[in-house]
Amino acid sequence: MDQASLLQYLITGLTVGATYGLTALGFTIIFNTTGIINFAQGEFVMLGGMMSVFFMRALGLPEPLAIVLAVAGTTLIGALVERLAIRPVRDCPAINLVIITIGVSILIRGAAMLLWGKDTFALPAFSGAAPVAFFGAALMPQTLWVLAISLLILAGLKMFFSRSIHGKAMLACSFDPKAAALVGIGVDRMVLLSFMISALVGAVGGAILAPITLTSFDVGVMLGLKGFAACILGGLGNPFGAAAGGLILGVLESLGAGLISSAYKDALAFVILLALLFVRPSGLFGQKDGKRV
Amino acid sequence: MSVGYRRDMRWLGGFLVVLLLAPPLLGNNYYLTVLTMCCLNAMIAVGLSLLVGHAGQISLGHAGFYGLGAYTTAALSTTLGVPVGLSMLAGVGATSGVAALVGLPALKLKGHYLAMATLGFGVILSILFNETVGVTGGPSGFTGIPRLSLFGVEFSSDLSVYYFILALLGLVIWVAFNILHSRVGRALRALHTSEKAAQAMGIDIARYKLFIFVVSAAFAGLAGVLYAHYLTFIAPASFGFLFSVQLIVMVVLGGMTSVPGTIAGAFFLTVLPEFLRAFENVEILLFGAILVLCMMYLPDGLAGGSSRLWRLVWRKMFVRAEKDPMEGGGNG
Repeated sequence: MDQASLLQYLITGLTVGATYGLTALGFTIIFNTTGIINFAQGEFVMLGGMMSVFFMRALGLPEPLAIVLAVAGTTLIGALVERLAIRPVRDCPAINLVIITIGVSILIRGAAMLLWGKDTFALPAFSGAAPVAFFGAALMPQTLWVLAISLLILAGLKMFFSRSIHGKAMLACSFDPKAAALVGIGVDRMVLLSFMISALVGAVGGAILAPITLTSFDVGVMLGLKGFAACILGGLGNPFGAAAGGLILGVLESLGAGLISSAYKDALAFVILLALLFVRPSGLFGQKDGKRV
Repeated sequence: MSVGYRRDMRWLGGFLVVLLLAPPLLGNNYYLTVLTMCCLNAMIAVGLSLLVGHAGQISLGHAGFYGLGAYTTAALSTTLGVPVGLSMLAGVGATSGVAALVGLPALKLKGHYLAMATLGFGVILSILFNETVGVTGGPSGFTGIPRLSLFGVEFSSDLSVYYFILALLGLVIWVAFNILHSRVGRALRALHTSEKAAQAMGIDIARYKLFIFVVSAAFAGLAGVLYAHYLTFIAPASFGFLFSVQLIVMVVLGGMTSVPGTIAGAFFLTVLPEFLRAFENVEILLFGAILVLCMMYLPDGLAGGSSRLWRLVWRKMFVRAEKDPMEGGGNG
């Protein structure tokens, strides 16, 4: 194993890992305001990629505009999901809400299949496909786009949660919804907002990854799975942990594919995840569970 | 014998009688296949409801146990020529053994972390089913599995296989009811409510959790071996992550803690796609929509929904005439 190919695996891993991280962030945001795992998160990622392709091909829009529209559309769908399927039954046990999100994910997947068929689509790379040499490894321009946009989103979310009044209100909801409601925060509105932000973050991830890994109506299942794994790896509920978990998972997978075999890359990532959970039962950056009886 | 136990046994008897009489009434081979699949799925779902509904531990890896049973018996009987009865026993045994090995560390985890661990385990198994082509036949499947036979007697007709599976389903439900009405069942419900409180009462929570995990995996393994010898063909697609999710949906949709409800959930989710076939393209769309609507409007699942309906009908028909004597008693 020479250094150049090791670097290559690292770059590939970070690129894919960045989108896992974005998916994981989506999970975290909804989990923090509602306490549920949104199984439709992977579908938001799929919609980001597929709608971009659709707007470009069917409507002939330029790529940046198509992506913006796709992200806006997915955000709208996120809002609709919350309004139509979650809010009317907010008081049900969490497991019921989780099953509802499973139903929603099946619904979205089915609609995507009906609209766009079962084919695999590619989105053109944002700025050419000519690789740049980087210490002996080939660096695709799209990789830089993925990393830059992911960092931008992370920074934006950090600003949002620490500076803006809405972000702080959402944070308050995640600590204690009842107390948040008592100080005048509209918890319902925050839940709606959390679904919209999750959908937005997921859709951006889907759109920037689509030029690298291709996209089809069913990519959401695996991406959702990886995003959830990244959340757990980093410690559920911790946004920093989710992003870091995504990157670690991506790198592990890419190293596994390169060093062992690409057929077992997912298996390897999950074996390491399991081993880690058995040693650290609440993830890498998760808080120790100090619940009182 | 408690009243609840007798009621459950009466229910089991009625259920078996209905399913015994069902095939001649349906009279069509296709319906018989669907009914057999319902029974197999119900077998897994009952085990899972013990784990999820009663002990409060989640598993998103039960499709893996189902597949493990199926592939073990397939490989033993087809590749190595072991008699079918023996290979089926080995399949269930292997599934239970693996469940014990995985459960030992995994059941220390809680909530979403446990969900992730079992999910990861299921994904690893499903990758193994796909990639170890020499043993499992890979993505294109394992063909030529011998039909079900015991002590040299082959179950040659689909109807006889159905009755055999039905008998085993009856056995599984009977075991489940007996667990629930025993000391073990009470211990499980106690640790579901509060692990610390249960521990303080002297319940060895680690042992009980592992016990019920292994039992539910064994039921899944049993369904798996039966599935393999019933269809004589298995492919990894049947044992993936989505099927694990579907199994959890069966339990929750049926109504978490109710065994009859879980069985209803399993039957409903198995039959529904067959009915929706008629709608071809929008099939999956309708499936998702029905799932969402059921969960929204039947928060206690099919079991809770049907008992609510029953109470409503009861009131409409009798209560008005007698000036509601059912007001207190009807809410049980």
